[in-house]
Amino acid sequence: MLDLLGVPPQALFGQLLLGLINGSFYALLSLGLAVIFGMLNVINMAHGALYMVGAFVAWLLLTKFGLGYWWALGLAPLAVGALGLVLERGLLRHLYSVDHLYGLLLTFGLALMIEGGFRHVYGVSGQAYPIPDLLRGGTNLGFMVLPSYRGWVVVFALAVCFGTWFAIERTRLGSRLRAATENPALVQAFGIDVPRMVSLTYGFGVALAGLAGVLAAPIYQVSPMMGTNLIIVVFAVVVIGGMGSILGAILTGIGLGLLEGLTKVFYPEASNIVVFVIMAVVLLLKPAGLFGRER
Amino acid sequence: MKSKTLVCSAVLSAALAHGAPAQAADAIRIGVLNDQSGVFADNGGMGSVIAARLAVEDFGKTTVLGQPIEVISADHQNKADIASATARRWIDTEGVDLIADGAASSAGLAIQEVVRDRGQIFVVSGPASSDFTGKFCAPNSFHFNYDTYALAKITGKAVTEASGKDWYFIGADYAFGHALARDTTAFIEEAGGRVVGSVFHPLGTNDFSSYLLQAQASGAKIVGLATSGADAQTAIKQSAEFGIVESGQTLAGLLIFITDVHALGLDAAQGLQIASSFYWDHSDTTRAWAKRFMAASGGKPPSMVQAGVYSGVLHYLRALEAAGTDNPKAVAAKMHEMPVNDMYNKDIPIRADGRVLNDMHLYQVKAPAQSRYPFDYYTLISTTPGEQAFRPLAQSACPLVTKP
Repeated sequence: MLDLLGVPPQALFGQLLLGLINGSFYALLSLGLAVIFGMLNVINMAHGALYMVGAFVAWLLLTKFGLGYWWALGLAPLAVGALGLVLERGLLRHLYSVDHLYGLLLTFGLALMIEGGFRHVYGVSGQAYPIPDLLRGGTNLGFMVLPSYRGWVVVFALAVCFGTWFAIERTRLGSRLRAATENPALVQAFGIDVPRMVSLTYGFGVALAGLAGVLAAPIYQVSPMMGTNLIIVVFAVVVIGGMGSILGAILTGIGLGLLEGLTKVFYPEASNIVVFVIMAVVLLLKPAGLFGRER
Repeated sequence: MKSKTLVCSAVLSAALAHGAPAQAADAIRIGVLNDQSGVFADNGGMGSVIAARLAVEDFGKTTVLGQPIEVISADHQNKADIASATARRWIDTEGVDLIADGAASSAGLAIQEVVRDRGQIFVVSGPASSDFTGKFCAPNSFHFNYDTYALAKITGKAVTEASGKDWYFIGADYAFGHALARDTTAFIEEAGGRVVGSVFHPLGTNDFSSYLLQAQASGAKIVGLATSGADAQTAIKQSAEFGIVESGQTLAGLLIFITDVHALGLDAAQGLQIASSFYWDHSDTTRAWAKRFMAASGGKPPSMVQAGVYSGVLHYLRALEAAGTDNPKAVAAKMHEMPVNDMYNKDIPIRADGRVLNDMHLYQVKAPAQSRYPFDYYTLISTTPGEQAFRPLAQSACPLVTKP
């Protein structure tokens, strides 16, 4: 049956596996966006820029301080998270009382400034970042070579996604967060420091972007433009999954990665628009997204 | 509130001042129109502006025909609509006499249409499509450096003869990628090889794994990358992950710039064969020029595209002086008549279709151990004179050519 479609099953399995890899990437990035939107109601356009900053922190750690990939995996998200805290405390905080659009405009402006700054200093060609020695090489699965590094990305990204979902949906801290989103004044009255919780949530959300940046560094060129290319797709993932839905972001990310992989087999030229076609269809049929609920 | 208004008006005026102020045509204005923020910003970009300024410097005078020489620039973001709108505005209201660079072929062809319509002069340096001097040729346009035909011929032939007959293309899905794949196919077939398949990716692709996998499944001996800039880098980098070379396939980058080699690092790029008309370390004169360029560029070496802008602008200024008028038709006629002479070209003729017959060199990227100083990246393998490197006039689709 598969042969009827003009594609040998081997190629199909290969593409599906690649789709899973890209999908877990989308999931990790859209998860951060979903967390931030869910808790802060901020459409964080700076997400792609902070993802790029994460990759650059990894590259700077390696070239300036000789600290390799595993250090970067811990330090870069911390650095990006700290930057996020500064942005939230210094700028975003003042916009919670006004329309969503102001947050969107602010973060979009920040993204342009951050990317412009890096472009000015490092140019657009990008910097090379090697794959860590431990994860070099690949395994021949018969139908394709699975690079060890990509296998690691899938496992690690899915673990982080699950951990985040668990923390927000199944723990006491998560329930406080969700309560604070519903009714901040009431939660504050119970003696919980809501503003601090909100800051930390933003910091955590962008730290996820920074983490994705580190994961991406050995696969893509570390370049100031790397976030711009990806962020639009990731936004589409969040919209399709339902704004603010954690589980929706994860499942949609993986699903769309698979779908994109399939498109690359059957009609490669359409691979960069298929996600948006799906988005249009979903918005027509279910405006709140697949996993979202109407507010 | 007041400070907000101030910021807004500052931003607004900065945006408005992006082009040159509209003045009467009492200066010779050279407009560098290219990609200054996207994938080609490093191999063209502001470096092309530096190259144009160096050309004015080497022309030796600050005025020509009693008019001061000015260099201005704009970013067309590789978008055809912005490119043609800027070119039109420059020519119609800002008195621009020469447009140089062009960057992506699609945007460059849009400029070429405006220039043809307005009868102005265009020095094509960034774009690669051989259609600039083929079916879309224009009487006052000059294609410096290279084109897809020459790249295809030099690299396609060398690689087919050395590494095997079956090719698979991963190409960029716009004018340049299709032209390069088409031109290379002709040479592969001429050398007795064949193309077993091809796939085209959108400009600015992050992930090449699925294309690489298809190339791997095709069983072709050679995977030809008919793409450039950041896309070519990503493809080369990711091909290592999937063991393309280890599994016995050869990777052939059809258009790799020195900026790409630098970004990839010699470890990943070593062994690649690269066709280019310019390499900064080619001769004493190119080295001396590169030194001046690098003093202005913050240490980045000049690319072939930037050298071409220098060459074209200098040639234009000399022709302008020789013609004794700024009438574009007369100047273009002089440009056709005079041979091109500068730090890397010696008595290079220009054909009726606008093709500048630069020598084309084949270089190989050095291994990390062979590189002795910064940007010491290439070894020269062979040189092909322009008459043999570029498409013969007899095969030209250019309507300006009277065929023998």
